[in-house]
Amino acid sequence: MAYNSIVLVKQVPDTKAVTGKAMNDDGTVNRAALPAIFNPEDLNALELALEIKERYGGTVTVVTMGLPSACRVLRAALCRGADRGVLVTDRRAAASDTLATSYILSCAVKHIGDYDLVLCGRQAIDGDTAQVGPQIAEKLELPQITYVEELHSIEDGVMTAKRNVGNGWEKVQVKLPALLTVMNTANTPRPAGGRLMMQYKKARSLSELEQDGGSAADAEKLKAKGLLIDQWDLDDLKADLQWCGRDGSPTKVHRIQSVVLTATEQKEVEPTDDGLRGMVHELISDHTIG
Amino acid sequence: MIEINRQGEVWVFAEQEDGVLSDVPLELLGRGRELADKLSVKLAAVLPGKGVAGLSADLGAYGADKVYVVDDDLLEHYQSVSYTKVLCELIQKHKPQIVLYGATAIGRDLAPRVASKMRAGLTADCTDLQIGDYEVKRLDQVHKDLLLQVRPAFGGNIIATIVNPDRWPQMATVREGVMAMPSRNGKVAGEVVRESVKISPEDLAVKILDRHRAAKKVDLKASRVIVAGGAGVGSKDNFQLIWDLANVLGGAPGGSRAAVDLGFIDHDHQVGQTGTTVRPALYVAVGISGAIQHVAGMSGAAKIVAINNDPDAPIFSVAHYKIVGDLNDVLPRLTKAIRTKC
Ligand SMILES: Cc1cc2nc3c(=O)[nH]c(=O)nc-3n(C[C@H](O)[C@H](O)[C@H](O)COP(=O)(O)OP(=O)(O)OC[C@H]3O[C@@H](n4cnc5c(N)ncnc54)[C@H](O)[C@@H]3O)c2cc1C
Repeated sequence: MAYNSIVLVKQVPDTKAVTGKAMNDDGTVNRAALPAIFNPEDLNALELALEIKERYGGTVTVVTMGLPSACRVLRAALCRGADRGVLVTDRRAAASDTLATSYILSCAVKHIGDYDLVLCGRQAIDGDTAQVGPQIAEKLELPQITYVEELHSIEDGVMTAKRNVGNGWEKVQVKLPALLTVMNTANTPRPAGGRLMMQYKKARSLSELEQDGGSAADAEKLKAKGLLIDQWDLDDLKADLQWCGRDGSPTKVHRIQSVVLTATEQKEVEPTDDGLRGMVHELISDHTIG
Repeated sequence: MIEINRQGEVWVFAEQEDGVLSDVPLELLGRGRELADKLSVKLAAVLPGKGVAGLSADLGAYGADKVYVVDDDLLEHYQSVSYTKVLCELIQKHKPQIVLYGATAIGRDLAPRVASKMRAGLTADCTDLQIGDYEVKRLDQVHKDLLLQVRPAFGGNIIATIVNPDRWPQMATVREGVMAMPSRNGKVAGEVVRESVKISPEDLAVKILDRHRAAKKVDLKASRVIVAGGAGVGSKDNFQLIWDLANVLGGAPGGSRAAVDLGFIDHDHQVGQTGTTVRPALYVAVGISGAIQHVAGMSGAAKIVAINNDPDAPIFSVAHYKIVGDLNDVLPRLTKAIRTKC
């Protein structure tokens, strides 16, 4: 029995490379100031989907929501073995919080339709909220298996998996369809395949084509070769705009502060034996250490 | 979503497993008490489970005026859909203005699902919660007495305050150890309200075949002294320097997220916003730059010693003792100085 997977991935700023200049005044991230990468745990979700495809057959569709430039993660997914990439991009989706994001992505999943599994990374490194996966599961009325660490089997549409709950684990079983969020410990994501990289080097979305000055005829040509990455806006998804973007986001940024944390008193200690002994004496005499 | 309800209570999700309450809900009752007092409303705990009514007394002793008990055999083990149903039905019925959850494996599975169903806002991993006003100048509006949800935002040096002005309840998750544990008061149990929510087989779509809970390997929160290493330590082997100093001090070793990501030390030892929040008597930060997500988890320490070869490292801004030097040189000397003195 074959199983079709939809993997939801995000292009994120590399938070290991953040400087203070990377914030806009309104508290949003100035993504342009940072290198953009494939969210690490989304690669684990993709890997799991590819393993399912290899074991049982079926397809892997990868969806991302973001600026047209987020197409890069879709190409990266195609080069690892995904069958189809879908870019959801629309100015009216800007400033979506996790709830609005999950609404839009759930519309995209419905629009694709035929699926057995929806997979997400456990969380994205730019916010670490881990909210979008469970919110999509709720919107699609699917059971959710969060923190998946191992997929044991799928038999007759019933999946058995192990989840890591921090202070232990659970082995659980669920009848598909279901939504999974995948941990970084689940697997080692494969690198892009050489042949696939050659194949998908020229894959483009419509907006990328337009940016490069491509014509409608070019789009048709790409499509015929299977290299046109699907691009959908909120109208294509028949999304209800009241639940999208800024209006659809219940959370608002009230204030952004630079933090100034200061110790009340500070002593500079010389890194010499004498200096260190002096500090140790003080810590002993004020009973900080015994 | 529910309409704005200024009389609404402040709620804490009383997470328990196998009949044992987690620490976070008790910590949240401490801050919840302050929020409820400020708003002049009641503080309540929501306690779903099987045979858990006996825990109400504890919740009362930690500050809850009221405990909603939902006792059902089908709620024995936490499950996303069944617990979401319980929370949502009770929220619909009682219209609390604030609902707080621990940012635990369970809380982070449950709260977003509830938020989605209620179409309400949710802020993850808050480091502070206050009551205050939110002004929208553009519309000349002032929303009074909202829950101000404070969380370190993206990057290193910024704190964002998030509000949910109109799609209530206002919900947030908070990691274990972030809020101080209140002391048990001598009060008798608060009011216990029995509620029942009909759980059907479809609400239990997931079958738990086997489960295992390990005792926590390290209890950083309980350590009087913590010696934490960062990326600057350089390698797992070199992390021995951190263990050595921790050992002579009778303390526990900790790490920054970078140290954990690099495999120098287990995640159990991570200090910070996405690790453990600690308030030891002494915190020694070694080769740690002092990103806000790290500082958020340790600035409550009574004494902070920082060792870094960069004199401008942000960690020094919270340090009581500033040691500028190479950790490979300083640590062995410091370990020796302590060993020979005490
Ligand atoms: C949403 C989110 C959540 C996060 N949660 C956490 C969290 O819970 N905990 C956490 O710690 N981080 C967290 N981070 C990551 C955080 O932003 C920093 O990236 C991280 O704390 C950096 O770790 P570090 O200080 O060890 O490494 P670095 O920033 O690389 O600093 C290394 C330091 O070592 C010093 N050094 C190098 N060599 C030597 C030497 N020989 N002697 C002395 N000093 C030396 C350097 O001067 C530098 O200051 C989070 C980030 C995000 C975006």
